Amino acid sequence: MLLRHTPQETIERKALTINPAKTCQPIGAMYAALGIHNCLPHSHGSQGCCSYHRSTLTRHFKEPAMASTSSFTEGSSVFGGQANLVEAINNIFTVYNPDVIAVHTTCLSETIGDDLTQMAQKAKDEGYVPAGKKVIYASTPSYVGSHVTGYANMVRGMVDLLAVSTTAKKLDQINVIPGFVEPSDMAEIKRIAELFGKKVIMYPDTSNVLNSPMTGKFKMYPKGGAKTEDIALSGDSKVTLALGRFATGIGAKLLDTKHKVPCELLDLPIGLAATDRYVEMLKKYSGQSVPESLMEERGQLVDMITDMHQYFYGKKVALAGDPDQLVALTEFLISIDMKPVHIVTGTPGNKFERRIKELTENLPYKVNYTVPSDLFTLHQWIKNESVDLIIGNTYTKYIARDEDIPSIRFGFPILDRVGHQYFPMAGYKGAMRLLEKILTCLLDKQDKDAPEEKFELVM
Amino acid sequence: MEISILKDREKQIVRKGKEPFKIACGKQSIAGSVSQRACVFCGSRVVLYPVTDALHIVHGPIGCAAYTWDIRGSLSSDNELYRSSFSTDLGEHDVIYGGEKKLYNILISLIDKHKPAASFVYSTCIIGIIGDDVDSVCKRVEQEKGIPVIPVHSEGFKGSKKDGYRAACEALFKLVGTGDTSAIGTYSINILGEFNLAGEAWIIRDYYKKMGVEVVSTITGDATVSDIRKAHGAKLNVVQCSGSMTSLAKMMEEKYGIPYIKVSYFGIEDVSKALYDVAEHFNSVEIMDKTKAMVFEEIDRIYPKILEYRKDLSGKKAAIYVGGAFKAFSLIKALNLIGMRTLIAGSQTGTEEDYKNLSEVCEDGAIILDDSNPAELSKYAIEKEIDLLIGGVKERPIAYKLGFGFCDHNHERKEALAGFVGMLNFVREVHSTVMSPVWKFTRGGSV
Repeated sequence: MLLRHTPQETIERKALTINPAKTCQPIGAMYAALGIHNCLPHSHGSQGCCSYHRSTLTRHFKEPAMASTSSFTEGSSVFGGQANLVEAINNIFTVYNPDVIAVHTTCLSETIGDDLTQMAQKAKDEGYVPAGKKVIYASTPSYVGSHVTGYANMVRGMVDLLAVSTTAKKLDQINVIPGFVEPSDMAEIKRIAELFGKKVIMYPDTSNVLNSPMTGKFKMYPKGGAKTEDIALSGDSKVTLALGRFATGIGAKLLDTKHKVPCELLDLPIGLAATDRYVEMLKKYSGQSVPESLMEERGQLVDMITDMHQYFYGKKVALAGDPDQLVALTEFLISIDMKPVHIVTGTPGNKFERRIKELTENLPYKVNYTVPSDLFTLHQWIKNESVDLIIGNTYTKYIARDEDIPSIRFGFPILDRVGHQYFPMAGYKGAMRLLEKILTCLLDKQDKDAPEEKFELVM
Repeated sequence: MEISILKDREKQIVRKGKEPFKIACGKQSIAGSVSQRACVFCGSRVVLYPVTDALHIVHGPIGCAAYTWDIRGSLSSDNELYRSSFSTDLGEHDVIYGGEKKLYNILISLIDKHKPAASFVYSTCIIGIIGDDVDSVCKRVEQEKGIPVIPVHSEGFKGSKKDGYRAACEALFKLVGTGDTSAIGTYSINILGEFNLAGEAWIIRDYYKKMGVEVVSTITGDATVSDIRKAHGAKLNVVQCSGSMTSLAKMMEEKYGIPYIKVSYFGIEDVSKALYDVAEHFNSVEIMDKTKAMVFEEIDRIYPKILEYRKDLSGKKAAIYVGGAFKAFSLIKALNLIGMRTLIAGSQTGTEEDYKNLSEVCEDGAIILDDSNPAELSKYAIEKEIDLLIGGVKERPIAYKLGFGFCDHNHERKEALAGFVGMLNFVREVHSTVMSPVWKFTRGGSV
């Protein structure tokens, strides 16, 4: 009984987070930056921040995660981190030779008021940034937002400092900005877009960076990642499809205001309807009809839902995770007759609350959500109204064990299972994988618990 | 690909040879390096974490609590309170107006709810900048609630992990000396620097019990506040992981006159020596006889099995990169026992003397590293054609990507590696990874 401290009676808590359903901005910025080819993320703060983020990314992806740090000392926190950052930029380009350094701040460097724009300029003025190389940056104080916000801010940094517009007339190419999803999802999102035959510029793209093959060689910069020259071209595209408003909205909007690339803010293409909307947009902006192969994938997904719909019916689910994922999941689960009765995110933002309200207000049952919240609250809700399934990151397994509820891993971080790096949950095929996981979980439980006379061979 | 080395780091890398040994260390990492090191907070958190019936509250933005939530495989025989992650989750408003009030309210409500035996309040980077008076908040709560509420000054930027150990020791020292010691006997010790990863402290405590030595407290592994309070009643401090706990041992020596010895529980040689040293200290024939009998019995039980593994492992090459140099020293000896050669040895926080000792047990040409990074580790691992890397979470995928075996000798160990049985577990683990059939697919295994 790991969580025996969780009482059933819910109490009003204003200023205390217990068992957070989020982490801090810098790790999101680091993850996004790893989605640029030949890019070294740089943490402008104490050594520990960088170390924790790398460890967490490594535990989640089972991959090395490269990043450097400004190694703040007491001196730098009094006199400012400029000397450290300028020296770091010089050292990094000299030894690690990336194409891009992507600097993000921490609570420490933000609070002492370090100005990254000015520092990056100083490094440039002193000749530490070789020709053709870039330093991009994002402000990501840990006391604002969450890892999702950090990802969004670094995406915005990419747009701000790498994208350019070269022609007045937009080119027949489509930008795709994926939210904070797995490398496998990014690859799937790109694959679907490319089926429409137009040039697709997608960033960040962590596929083949954080799920790279075993080669027996040390690769500081693995093969994958969006190329800087492609990101530069994104200012000339005719549209940006931003997948997941929380993680991509500000970047996509900046492409619009700065380079006049209009954007479509969509949900993450997780589940049937959300993927349909993504596909609809691709159809619209490519001027092509939906490829037959994609229609087949959709058909298979619908077939699977049809075959198994009785097993989904009325099953109660508790969800914990990041806003973009939760919005898509909630819609999908409702659409297959499941009941998402508890929804928890640690990422603050009332847009999320509004969106969940839209999706759930007409349901004939009550759905619990308050924003932001934590896993302690989720556990209390579950104690008051139990569920058939929990979907969330690894930390939800404490609740699953204590309450003997089946659970599947979804989101960040996943520290105790593999597969998320390689097999997507996005798109039609991803939705099938999600359903397979849900069904396996529910049916295994039924097999295990069924009294002998009700134990079924065919399900 | 030629992997280059940061110029300023050249002095922190030594190739053992005829030249007299000289290494630069104890330096702040170079800005811009991909260091494997952590911060002050990290040091404090890992040392205090295994105090199982205390409330651990991280004062700062959410990250520091989130990244240290139940990541340490330090086991408890009773209370699980320490495994929950409590944070003040500071927001922008708090950073501007200060977080003292929030901290106070949270402490009061959590103490009321969980009735912990004590509370540790960790200051993170930002607390050092916004200047919250954590000490006075703690004092106030302590007075109101009647339990020790101890501030831990662990602002990340104030040094390295080592400074975090010191801050943790200072926090623990506030508890020591506040309990009743009347029931403690003559042959009594504290185990310092044993964190009960995978239940290791239990193994060690069991040895002492068989020897007739009373263990007053384990600081900190499966530790309780009441044990720590009476730690000053012990007659000897037995310090492992010297990097983290020597400062507490010194403070206790100074104030309470308790002598201390440094030991290691890794490897047959070192664990035997540790137990004999303790027996010798008490100068009791009975204890020494019991110790000898136990050591013989334990070795008898594991040695034949170790020799079996040795057949396969003899001549294989290892690299070691761990947090503290003292551990590296034990590991080299343990590897020697199974015929393995150590060609790379390094640590995040060693001293010049540590590294000198390390180089003495390594063979000529071996590489000694201080505060290394993935590029360097890879470079030398490839050069030395190693078969095994021993390290922590960030080193594991580097080894696997290069196609070497790996053994976690840090928080993520799943098997107890201390004591005699731990040596057998260690050898089995090394064998399972070095001899794994997976390497057939990866080394030169092109289709």
